[in-house]
Amino acid sequence: MLTAQIRKERRSAGTSSFVLDVSVEVSPGITILFGTSGAGKSTLLDCVAGLTRPDEGRIAVAADILFDSARKINVPALKRRTAYVFQTLALFPHLSAEENVAYGLKDLRQEERRERVEAILKAFRVEKLRKQRPGEISGGERQRIALARSLVTEPRVLLLDEPLTGLDAELKAAIVDDLRAWNTAKGIPILYVTHSREEVDALGERVIALDNGRVVSAGRPMEVLNAPRRKRLAQAAGFENLLSATVLDLREADGVMRVRLGESDCEIEVPLAYAAAGSRVQVAARAGDILLATERPHGLSARNVIEGLIVSLEQRGTMIIARVDCGVTLVVHVTPGAVRALELTAGRRVWLVLKTHSCHFVD
Amino acid sequence: MEALWLSMKLAGCVAAILLVIGMPVAYWLAYSNWRLKFLLESVVALPLVLPPTVLGFYALVAMGPRGPLGKLWFALFGHGLAFTFGGLILASVLYSFPFAVQPLIASFEGVDRRLLDASAVLGAGGARTFWRVILPLSLPGVVTAAVLSFAHTLGEFGVVLMVGGNLAGVTRTVSIDIYDHVQSLEYGEANRMALVLLAISFAVLSVVYAVNRRVWTPWTAK
Repeated sequence: MLTAQIRKERRSAGTSSFVLDVSVEVSPGITILFGTSGAGKSTLLDCVAGLTRPDEGRIAVAADILFDSARKINVPALKRRTAYVFQTLALFPHLSAEENVAYGLKDLRQEERRERVEAILKAFRVEKLRKQRPGEISGGERQRIALARSLVTEPRVLLLDEPLTGLDAELKAAIVDDLRAWNTAKGIPILYVTHSREEVDALGERVIALDNGRVVSAGRPMEVLNAPRRKRLAQAAGFENLLSATVLDLREADGVMRVRLGESDCEIEVPLAYAAAGSRVQVAARAGDILLATERPHGLSARNVIEGLIVSLEQRGTMIIARVDCGVTLVVHVTPGAVRALELTAGRRVWLVLKTHSCHFVD
Repeated sequence: MEALWLSMKLAGCVAAILLVIGMPVAYWLAYSNWRLKFLLESVVALPLVLPPTVLGFYALVAMGPRGPLGKLWFALFGHGLAFTFGGLILASVLYSFPFAVQPLIASFEGVDRRLLDASAVLGAGGARTFWRVILPLSLPGVVTAAVLSFAHTLGEFGVVLMVGGNLAGVTRTVSIDIYDHVQSLEYGEANRMALVLLAISFAVLSVVYAVNRRVWTPWTAK
């Protein structure tokens, strides 16, 4: 278990300053640290690794204190036994894969060192590349070697700063599987930074969401990311529709309330939240959670059926992004097959269907 | 030819000494967060702008029998420092200092900070990080520093004249020798020496630029 209470102020040019003020607990296994860029994710990792000194706080792995401002303890980075895979990987360009991996094993006897290097290169399937330099191998292989280099030192904590960016999903999954397999035996806390919603879904056991230097939410991925309480987190978590709305009335018995979207006549029902009638709120909905129909649907359990006109259809990969004007513009994701079957075109009248509980509140 | 050999010996000694003392200075200047660092940077760069005669003058005064360095040297070795090969080396080291230190600073600063972080996280202290990461990645800078201080020392005139005078086999370097020949109207002799110096300087600078263009690098750049 890694526990960290950290306060760190970072002054940048001008008057703006950034304050990281968090308290996190990371149990063995993968914990995702999620947030937009500039949320303080890398600063938090640097503090845990000992590369940045917090202004105040306490960092401990199990009973070992790594940093405690009150007791003036600050274990230097080289003695912390935390492994850190940087976003840039930071492989030594002049050393071979094997030499990179062996770098952290200086205190071992030669034989043991060779065995450990051999074993970890095999575990991450890069034993064939041992003589190659980082410049001579592919991105995915570099990422594997960077992981191997960090893990061969038998760290107590593993910090990963977006280590798998730029890899396709399949390769990413394969590397993560190898990482999980390695950690079933070791059981160390792994703090995995990402700003990709897909990675959270693929990896997630637990998520800590950071925004502007604060922990805004922590728990299981579904709980944290499906009920975003902050606007920027909502955008990062893939809520394409982020609309301002006015609360019309509260129906406490039903656990819902009605809101009017923007300045339009469009009224929808959303889950009850702590808000007064007449107050302004932000409502978020995923484009993938909205159904689209070419006739007014009936007999639905969904409470919100909104009439509108298709403004545009835009192909993005195998997905089509439809913009529908309902007084406010809503974004809906549909498949090319659906576009063909329903003969959707710009200007077509459609009805959007939105479940009450697909609508979320944002602070 | 005696003068050429003397110049080469002087330049070689100076380049070697400068690498040894230049590295810690450059390391400190590249990585220290001290607020008044710029003062030391200015001192290091001074020989670039000072006339060699000014530098040579102060060096001569310091090395003279009544100067602090001269007294110390006499106490230690029983003879003075001015107008000796040792004195020449000392003055030349001062004069060529920025030519060694500045390329070293530039290449140390050019090493990706995250590589140093990675080294620290992997348990390496400052010395190990320097020898295993910073130095190998700064090799072009080290070559540049060595070659530039060698070449600069080879071509110096004013400082040598002030501190060393013109003693054959002791302090009469190539540039002084050329000056002597011209003074004696021996243009042929002067031309021969000048051509040799020109050729050496060209060769040396070619090495520097080739290294910096990465015509020759000890590893494949990313």
